[in-house]
Amino acid sequence: MSAVGELTQIVSGRKKGGAKEKHRDNKAGLIFMAPWLVGLLAITLIPMIASFALAFTDYSLLAPPEFVGLANIREMISDTRLHNSLVVTFIYVFVGTPLQLVAALLLAVVLNAGIKGLAFYRSIFYLPSLLGGSVAIAILWRQMFGANGLINQVGGMLGFENLPGWVSNPDTALSTIILLHVWTFGSPMIIFLAGLRQIPEMYYEAASVDGATKLAKFFRITLPLLTPIIFFNVVLQVINAFQSFTQAFVVSGGTGGPSDSTMFYTLYLYQKGFTQFDMGYASAMAWLLLIIVAIFTAINFFVSKFWVFYDD
Amino acid sequence: MTDLQSRPTPAAASGGGDSTAARVAPRPRPKRLVRRGVRHAIMIVASIVMIYPLLWMVVSSLRPNDEIFRNPGLFPISLDFSNYARGWESLAQPFSHYLMNSTLLVLGCVIGNLIACSLTAYAFARLKFWGRNIAFAVMLMTLMLPIHVVIVPQYIIFSQTGWVNTMLPLILPKFLATDAFFVFLMVQFIRGIPRELDEAARIDGCGHFRIFFQVILPLMLPALATTTIFTFMWMWNDFFGSLIYLTTPENFTVPLALKSFLDTQGSSDWGAMFAMSVVSLIPLFLVFLFGQRFLVKGFATTGIK
Repeated sequence: MSAVGELTQIVSGRKKGGAKEKHRDNKAGLIFMAPWLVGLLAITLIPMIASFALAFTDYSLLAPPEFVGLANIREMISDTRLHNSLVVTFIYVFVGTPLQLVAALLLAVVLNAGIKGLAFYRSIFYLPSLLGGSVAIAILWRQMFGANGLINQVGGMLGFENLPGWVSNPDTALSTIILLHVWTFGSPMIIFLAGLRQIPEMYYEAASVDGATKLAKFFRITLPLLTPIIFFNVVLQVINAFQSFTQAFVVSGGTGGPSDSTMFYTLYLYQKGFTQFDMGYASAMAWLLLIIVAIFTAINFFVSKFWVFYDD
Repeated sequence: MTDLQSRPTPAAASGGGDSTAARVAPRPRPKRLVRRGVRHAIMIVASIVMIYPLLWMVVSSLRPNDEIFRNPGLFPISLDFSNYARGWESLAQPFSHYLMNSTLLVLGCVIGNLIACSLTAYAFARLKFWGRNIAFAVMLMTLMLPIHVVIVPQYIIFSQTGWVNTMLPLILPKFLATDAFFVFLMVQFIRGIPRELDEAARIDGCGHFRIFFQVILPLMLPALATTTIFTFMWMWNDFFGSLIYLTTPENFTVPLALKSFLDTQGSSDWGAMFAMSVVSLIPLFLVFLFGQRFLVKGFATTGIK
């Protein structure tokens, strides 16, 4: 069962056992759990609380934090660069993630239909998702979509002369990063493939006996039974996409340019916190990000009741 | 169109009548062959689109600089290694220095994750203790927590302990099982190990530590391998954390070295940049070649990139 599935069970109280168990391993439990507990406190919980407190301060590391009340939040409300970074991030998440997942699902279904050389194709599609997060690939992207880059060279051969530099044009720079995101569809594809393989063959056989068409089988058997995995992918990919950083940073040379068109929220947060050392503002921004991610995850979980189908 | 094909027709069923047999062993017909051909054609085109940029980067890294901006093809393949020689030496330190730094970082993180996550996972999977379900839910929630919410205070803490510009802020958290992903992966794995083995060991007088070290740990080698591979790939690529904590060139890891290429070269020496990019991808590619089995398994059970 997936992490998302289990969390749903625990939170909704569907998880069995818990209450009836005799608590007899408390001491061993504490010892085995000690590293995690220390980590939870020192690396996660205390910094979270501190980050919340810092959101109401002005702090530059040099002088002690100074309480400024809601000043950071007021500044955020009027900060147009921040609003722009939210728009950029939303476009990236809500265009890039669906495209990536649709590509992953389509190719998983085609591969699963049985094709010679499955392992070969799977490897080819999967490799980019392993490399896609690296700086090396972002450098490659910057060249490919530059004014004289690979894409425009190919374009020139096809008769499109004087194409613009895609990464240096504010209208197209974000699209190149979205494309990079779609290019890494291999990892969700692998998850879909694993899910497809668990659908019992007998469902299809029964449908065949009833004279179901291939299309009907896809929409009435494959898709419904795959919804838990689609849901799982959507939740995690959305959370991940909100936190994307490396590609926008490298492709834009750390600036989020041209004209802030690739200024991802996390990139703006980085600039505020770690180049301008406005730690208070960066903390406030971090909490807004957490709230946004939490809201969208909650929406995902809520909406899932209407479309995710659990076979058990 | 497609539905017609999947429905067995009397003609397809050798001897006719038994439609199940026809479905199981269809005879290749011209139409079917065409469809199969089309499917392969689509997959081959898709594969080329996916893989071409990578191939082109490798080929271009072996070409003189001006050709990179003139030749979008793969041929002729030249074997000019001067980009590699130039790239290796053109930063503040030879590139081997950054490779060494990245290797150290990865090693530290792998060891940390293996120890801390397996201990935690054993507790979650096998021990009954107070608050386990709540702790488990909290652990799963940290899986979804954006790192940004904790990075500022973490930075402040580590700058007070004087650890900024060392690898400690990147490695230490791994020894505290903060990579919940691997804890979850291992919990799933341990749950699949028959409890009878623990019981037998317990009857023989083993405590939890011996059960963990002598029964569970040897059996969870595949999960440990998956953890090693994923940690390797993530930390080899780690950019955000390294960018924040590693500030001077002698401590840079490979991703930071590549980034400083962009800063110092003003994007002019693409040949050298491509060459070092290819060097940085080789370890990932080797892991992909030899560890794919474990990667796929890791995806299938937990499903996070």
